[in-house]
Amino acid sequence: MSEPLLSIEGLSKAYPGVQANDNVSFTIQPGEIHALLGENGAGKSTLVKMIYGLVRPDSGDMHLHGKHYMPHKPSEARALGVGMVFQHFSLFEAMNVAENITLGMEDAPPRLELAQKIREVSNAYGLPLDPDRLIGDLSVGERQRVEIVRCLLQNPKLLIMDEPTSVLTPQEVDTLFTTLRKLSAEGVAILYISHKLDEIKALCGSATILRMGKVVDTCIPAEETAHSMAEMMIGGELAMPSAREFTPGEVLLELDGLALASLDPFGTSLENVSLQLRAGEVLGVGGVAGNGQDELLLALSGERLVDKDMVKLKGVGIGSLGPTARRALGLLAAPEERLGHAAAPDMSLSENGFLSGWVRMKLTKSGFVRRGRRDDFARDIVSRFDVRTPGISNAARSLSGGNLQKFVIGREVLQGPTVLVVNQPTWGVDASAAAAIRQALRDLAAEGAAVLVISQDLDELMEMSDSFAVLAEGHISKPQPAHGLSIEKIGLMMGGNLEESAHA
Amino acid sequence: MDFSSLSLVALTVSLIGAATPILLAAIGELVVEKSGVLNLGVEGMMIIGAIAGFAISVETGSVWTGMLAAMAAGAVLALIFGFLTQVLLSNQVATGLALTLFGLGLAALLGQNYTGMKPPPSPRLDIPVLSDLPVVGPLLFGHDFMIYFSLLIVFAVWYFLNRTRAGLVLRAVGENHDAAHSLGYNVVAIRMAAIAFGGALAGLGGAYLSLIRVPQWTEGMTAGAGWIALAIVVFASWKPGRVILGAYLFGGVTILQLNLQALGISISPAFLSMTPYLVTIIVLVIMSADRRRASLNAPASLGRIFHASH
Repeated sequence: MSEPLLSIEGLSKAYPGVQANDNVSFTIQPGEIHALLGENGAGKSTLVKMIYGLVRPDSGDMHLHGKHYMPHKPSEARALGVGMVFQHFSLFEAMNVAENITLGMEDAPPRLELAQKIREVSNAYGLPLDPDRLIGDLSVGERQRVEIVRCLLQNPKLLIMDEPTSVLTPQEVDTLFTTLRKLSAEGVAILYISHKLDEIKALCGSATILRMGKVVDTCIPAEETAHSMAEMMIGGELAMPSAREFTPGEVLLELDGLALASLDPFGTSLENVSLQLRAGEVLGVGGVAGNGQDELLLALSGERLVDKDMVKLKGVGIGSLGPTARRALGLLAAPEERLGHAAAPDMSLSENGFLSGWVRMKLTKSGFVRRGRRDDFARDIVSRFDVRTPGISNAARSLSGGNLQKFVIGREVLQGPTVLVVNQPTWGVDASAAAAIRQALRDLAAEGAAVLVISQDLDELMEMSDSFAVLAEGHISKPQPAHGLSIEKIGLMMGGNLEESAHA
Repeated sequence: MDFSSLSLVALTVSLIGAATPILLAAIGELVVEKSGVLNLGVEGMMIIGAIAGFAISVETGSVWTGMLAAMAAGAVLALIFGFLTQVLLSNQVATGLALTLFGLGLAALLGQNYTGMKPPPSPRLDIPVLSDLPVVGPLLFGHDFMIYFSLLIVFAVWYFLNRTRAGLVLRAVGENHDAAHSLGYNVVAIRMAAIAFGGALAGLGGAYLSLIRVPQWTEGMTAGAGWIALAIVVFASWKPGRVILGAYLFGGVTILQLNLQALGISISPAFLSMTPYLVTIIVLVIMSADRRRASLNAPASLGRIFHASH
């Protein structure tokens, strides 16, 4: 074996109350594509932040090319050839591509020279970019290109990628993998973090598995199955949602020519969105983020008002009603952003339960809060959805993402909705919590409610939806049975090719 | 009514004078807001600059020393705000309001012995021949040096923000402080520098009032100029060039209503005194009517507390 590019020796890092990393060691060879696996909170992010110089380890050591390596800040890491593409892009929406790339470079060349270099490098790796375009106008896939090209311009030896494909269409994923394989062939090592085990199996040559901050296993992904790797991550058996017979009932929710202008300067306005949702049906709405998903949720939850007859619940126009009135009628929604939208971060769980559930669960009496009932409701959510928290008086902010998401979904499900709309129900949630949430939503549909799931995770939509539609540039495709749809076809639909899918 | 006594040239010359303190404070605040910080203490920093500049000028006999002292005083006050909001993570709105109240009170205390004094005279640009030209002379070559300096500062700020790497970094911090931090920029240090710059220019604007425009010290003499400066930053949609437009527009309405009052026009002077503020409010409403456009230029992290967690 040749000398490793990077060797990590016994890194530990503790935050108050959590041991984020505990004596983590592994090595990466030049040109190797190495996967880092683990559930949420397993310590992957902390580990790569230490490699990138954003976080200082409490103890342990690293060697790059056999030399001592301990960057104090990201610029040192970049100077030594370590680049990173973040899960939440570190991009500036109101600035153009060239400016964003300049900000991530140590000694950026003058503007014209840089623009020329961006064009050269981006074309050479099959990631074409126009240096003068505003980031806010780019698709998510193009934004990721900006991040990657920014790293490539600095001739990296090691590229860290944190959940790079969670927001891409299948075609974009293919392009990305081609680029990564090309880089690997040129001797660039890649440290790859992802929840998508099939991708890891296809792309990575080796994998290190973290659980509770410790290295618990290593494997060669090609020799494992996605299922076996998932079980290594959670250290137990993975519960899969059970199959279900779907018999459509009456139409519960109908959208008729729904149109809504976006308030976000970089958002997408909805145009002529029409669909029907029947009792017992789970409708999955796929599509790349920023194609009107947020606007659709706002129009359905009642946070933005539209014409009365654009949204009909059981045949009655409710488009002009606000969220409370809609909740009373049975149309409930759980938005994507957990902290600050679905839940008030600094309020307790019982208060957060009250905020959404007071109408349907009758938690008030002549204007006063019925505290006993309020707390019972919150306790009910916590116990039935396995929300791990010391108590219902804890602030929403103190829960981990997966636990808070279980609370948010449970809160809506337990109110017995006629129609439930959820956006990204398992975003950033680990495998076992995600499985529990999906099962709860399917159970809700089995009991006769209709569920509309907006998500960017195609595997999730394929797993739980009875029918499937795609939102692209504010338009929606005609929903069709999810069973038998190929990933290629969905990819074409996501790229905006709605016509073809409607004929198919 | 007789409007013939209103000379357009004289009006223009005096509107520039009325606009300059606001222009200075506004361009400083623009830099602060571009870095993502909302400092509502402009009024307080201006009045501290006014008394510091006045007192030091009287004591030393030098307008220049007074101006520098005003800038230092404004910057020191701003750095208190910076320490509270950036290091101790206090709320920016509440801290800014407190800074204004603190500044007004402290200035009144410091200024007790300076009421009724005259500051040393400040030099005016006086170029033989050119300054004596009709119309063009008073318009372009007859002002005090601070007016040229204020325009120069606006240009320098524009150049800094749009043409230099440091300016790009400052805008990046204001646009998305988390991303800037993850790229390795020191968000707090950059913001502190911007806050100090904003304080220095607000102080200078205050000193312009007490040393050149009025020129004497009276308690509460800024009379809301700091608030107008804040409004003008929004009016200008955070673009330096438009700050000049906004400040001169406000100055123009101020001077016009003063002249109308002097003409004895049959509108109550109370209403006329309101007009600059009313116009400011109306213009702000019109500017922000289109939410999409208004939020496009605003620094996206404006007023948000930055906490480097990891």
